[in-house]
Amino acid sequence: MTQEKAYDDIPGTFVFDADRSRQGYHLNMFCISLRRAPARDAFRADPEAYLDKFPMSAEQRDAVRKRDWNRMLELGGNIYYTSKLAAFDGITFQALAALMTGMSEQAYRKMMVEGGRPIEGNRYTSEWESK
Amino acid sequence: MARITAGVGSSHVPAIGVAMDTGKTGEPYWQPVFAGYEASRAWMKEQDPDVIFLVYNDHCTAFSAEVIPTFALGCAAEFEPADEGWGPRPVPVVKGHPKLASHIAQSVILDEFDLTIMNQMEVDHGLTVPLSLMYGEVDAWPAQVIPLCVNVVQYPPPTGNRCYNLGKAVRKAFESYEDDLKVVVFGTGGMSHQLQAQRAGLINPEFDTRFLDLLTEDPVAGSQISHVEYLRESGSEGIEMVMWYVMRGALNDNVREVHRHYHIPASNTAVGHIILENV
Repeated sequence: MTQEKAYDDIPGTFVFDADRSRQGYHLNMFCISLRRAPARDAFRADPEAYLDKFPMSAEQRDAVRKRDWNRMLELGGNIYYTSKLAAFDGITFQALAALMTGMSEQAYRKMMVEGGRPIEGNRYTSEWESK
Repeated sequence: MARITAGVGSSHVPAIGVAMDTGKTGEPYWQPVFAGYEASRAWMKEQDPDVIFLVYNDHCTAFSAEVIPTFALGCAAEFEPADEGWGPRPVPVVKGHPKLASHIAQSVILDEFDLTIMNQMEVDHGLTVPLSLMYGEVDAWPAQVIPLCVNVVQYPPPTGNRCYNLGKAVRKAFESYEDDLKVVVFGTGGMSHQLQAQRAGLINPEFDTRFLDLLTEDPVAGSQISHVEYLRESGSEGIEMVMWYVMRGALNDNVREVHRHYHIPASNTAVGHIILENV
């Protein structure tokens, strides 16, 4: 049984704490390995063989294959790591953020230029459930 | 002794570095971000510190999930700008101050802050972007830099209170140094932003304004802002603002705010900047 945490009621947010860090270790080490060009070449040449080097769970590996960015975070990925995989795919940080919110990149960028996502209505999960 | 004259708070958004490195600072999107640093660059020239004590966080560059020090002090003679996956930034190598840095390490460790000592470390945008913002494009950084790298990637980062008290210990260390030097302390990161999951793009200007007000006027109260409040109110990555409290702790209790700049957005982030002088 996982202990309840004071930040569990923040909506749309995966806090990268000790539990997630432990769970996501190999997933994150895979992502960060892509910072180096030879690793990127090896991953591009044979993705499955490259993934074999990292003992991730089947769910994590599946999320990587599907580029399911939120699922990676849920399974212990950290955004500073998963963004290296996004960069490998040629996805900018802002485009990645848009993907995770389910908005188009254009709509997301417009939201940011207009002041960002407001805090009102976005503090508690209960506020999202009632939408 | 080494004398701290002022503190600088600044965001370190990577896209700001990219905008500078690719000549986009005059574009309508970026112009307002950089306009707020024009006065700061003149101020920086006038201050002309010998040493910058620069508090920042590494973004899985020098450290990966393998090693996560809460506080790591750069004691090397130089620090290479890192390749973060798209080539190193075209900025000068950062020159350290090993003698002063190791003096600080010794002093604060005996003051019960258990630092990690880094004799070899690459530095990423967290450190080079604030230098670029404050100095512009230069052939060599005009000051020596002592980096203090703080973990804000894996929760929990150190508390604001811990950072504030570390700043005080750092000031004491500077004051007991044998050579006369002029020091400016940088606290970097923030302001409100969330880079991940469905709530990405969160910005909270009310929180940011209150944060800046407290930083100047009531740092004891500001240093007590809880982690959950940062996460909820300023976004999951906004919590990195605790690093500004190392800077604030290194200053006098009373400071004069000489400059403030705030702009939304730079990429996914609210840009905040403040200059505080010791009085």
